[in-house]
Amino acid sequence: MQHVGAEPPDPPALRHTADRSRRIALDQCAAAPNADASRMPPAPALLTRDGLDALLAALHADGFRVLGPTVQDGAIIYDDVVRVADLPVGWTDRQDGGSYRLERRDDTAVFGHTVGPYAWKRFLHPPLLRLWRAEPGADGVEIATDAHAAQPMAFLGVRACELQAIAIQDKVFLHGPFVDPHYKARRQGLFIVAVNCGQAGGTCFCASMQAGPKAEAGFDLALTELADGFLVEAGTARGAVLLDRLPHRPASEEEQQQAAAIVAATAAQMGRHIPDAAALPALLLGNLDHPRWDAVAQRCLSCGNCTQVCPTCFCTNVTDTTDLTGATDRTRRWDSCFAVDFSYIHGGAVRPAPRSRYRQWMTHKLASWVAQFGTSGCTGCGRCVTWCPVGIDITEEVAAIRAAPAPAAAAPAAPQSPP
Amino acid sequence: MDAMPAPVRHADPMVPRPFRITRVIREIDGVFTWRLAAVDGAPFDFRPGQFNMVTQFGVGEIPVSISGDCRRPETLVHTIRAVGPVTEAMQGLRAGAIVGIRGPFGRPWPIDAAIGSDVIFVTSTIGLAPLRPLILEVLHRRQDFGKVVICYGTRGIHDIMFEEDLHAWRARFDTNVHLTVHSAPSGYRGRVGGVAAAIHAARIDGPATVAFVCRSEALTRQAVNTLGERGVTPDRVWVTLERNMKCGIGLCGHCQFGPSFMCKDGPVYRFDEIEALYSVREF
Repeated sequence: MQHVGAEPPDPPALRHTADRSRRIALDQCAAAPNADASRMPPAPALLTRDGLDALLAALHADGFRVLGPTVQDGAIIYDDVVRVADLPVGWTDRQDGGSYRLERRDDTAVFGHTVGPYAWKRFLHPPLLRLWRAEPGADGVEIATDAHAAQPMAFLGVRACELQAIAIQDKVFLHGPFVDPHYKARRQGLFIVAVNCGQAGGTCFCASMQAGPKAEAGFDLALTELADGFLVEAGTARGAVLLDRLPHRPASEEEQQQAAAIVAATAAQMGRHIPDAAALPALLLGNLDHPRWDAVAQRCLSCGNCTQVCPTCFCTNVTDTTDLTGATDRTRRWDSCFAVDFSYIHGGAVRPAPRSRYRQWMTHKLASWVAQFGTSGCTGCGRCVTWCPVGIDITEEVAAIRAAPAPAAAAPAAPQSPP
Repeated sequence: MDAMPAPVRHADPMVPRPFRITRVIREIDGVFTWRLAAVDGAPFDFRPGQFNMVTQFGVGEIPVSISGDCRRPETLVHTIRAVGPVTEAMQGLRAGAIVGIRGPFGRPWPIDAAIGSDVIFVTSTIGLAPLRPLILEVLHRRQDFGKVVICYGTRGIHDIMFEEDLHAWRARFDTNVHLTVHSAPSGYRGRVGGVAAAIHAARIDGPATVAFVCRSEALTRQAVNTLGERGVTPDRVWVTLERNMKCGIGLCGHCQFGPSFMCKDGPVYRFDEIEALYSVREF
């Protein structure tokens, strides 16, 4: 525990210094890819399956906590992985609105599945986190915070939609007027091995949200799974340095074409779309009293599943707990705008009706988010569709409002974005 | 014109600073004011209209507007109404108790927008608390403004807050105070009626007036309409709104109001900028 607050001046000063050194490290890390772009390998490489094991071993050897997809409880779950055998080899998933099943593949593809109920936000923005502990002290109260975990993380198997989700949460937690020190500490030094999707999941619509299926930016290494290995592209200098340590050979022209064809086929497979996402802020904020909100509220259970599986939803609540010593712990946990208490102020909830709560979630995700953070809050990963117990489909809801919008004259103008 | 002190920002915005209650003042039934001093002795700089997240250790944390004078940063002042579990527990605290403070947060009242204009304050009951720092600052820089009118309404004669201040302001030759109560016992010699009547009675030049309004969300519209009748258009009416807040720094998502986070983009808004969303039910 680091002591802050009521302490005499020395410890806070130490904390400041530590903060500054962390910030510098993060800046250097961000600057590295551009500075060293010339040293990147000119062409993609081909990594064998043994090479993938070597990649995992190298990440462990470099001190990373390596997280990747595993099969647990009948779903793809992100957890600690040591070797390729820990990954969902030979598994795929069948997804539709309100339905998710793992199935055996007739091959031994390592990444032959799509996204499950977990998103990487679980590790960068944990569901449960102690913010501080206050204990009775000489000067009334002493407040201390937990030290941030020192071990950097490596994510293996990050899909294009999830890279986009991480970029979106970076904007929320790192690039606003206030920085979340917990997110920043976890984000710092993160090594990302992306995977280009070899097939579209049943609820995917990343192509229409311009978030996939090909990883374009925000990774150190990106893999495309081919029949006899992985095509690897380095996105940063440190990704290239790591690749150099692995057994690989340059990818042939034919292999590069194969990889491109796989990604193109994935994009073509997607059965769901939100066309013209840029028009959504005006459309949705101009239809806040559309009858479709009543229709969807008839089906919505207000369970909040969509917000928990969403890779960009970031809302939290805090809870204070006490013990017999008189100490207080303040814990932050994921919250959901579907809870009635979420909007509670003295006298009652601002959004008591499920209609208002669904409208808040969807207009925030697709419309208000753009004014707040300069990007849509949706990446088209399809999780909210799959994990909705009644199969409410955000693409269908958008289409319904788009098909019968309120007359332009009756629509309240979308307000100016905040300064 | 001397500048107000600028608020400072701390390393971990989620960790409160310990403050000691130096004095508890009972205002009206169920409303109390704390005077606080930082345990580390550092001054607390803020701008009128900003708020703090206030923690009673072991109970919880709530957003509370700052009701003191920004020219006196050595004393932090909060006026609190006991309406829920946290504020009811806070009502039991006495001088000497330690509480946690995070802040100041939020967009302050834009005092500079009123320079050279007449100024009208419209508020009721505890709404005077978030306006009090602004009134004190306007009176501190009195020569920068035209006429200054305070329209303050309460339910009854026992709900009038900050009476000492009201007497002091009323005693000034350069300030008009219209105090009105909804109901009063016979023999009461003050004004009885709604705040709207007080706005109508105000001696202001409507088209050259800036209004600062702090009322409940339902009554804000009525104040804006009445001001409109006096020629104060919505682009010169500043209001405050209220939402659930858990962090104060735009990260917990609770206080969203369309594109804005009330904790950092509000709680002070120019009415014409929010009118469309304000009119949407349950938004």
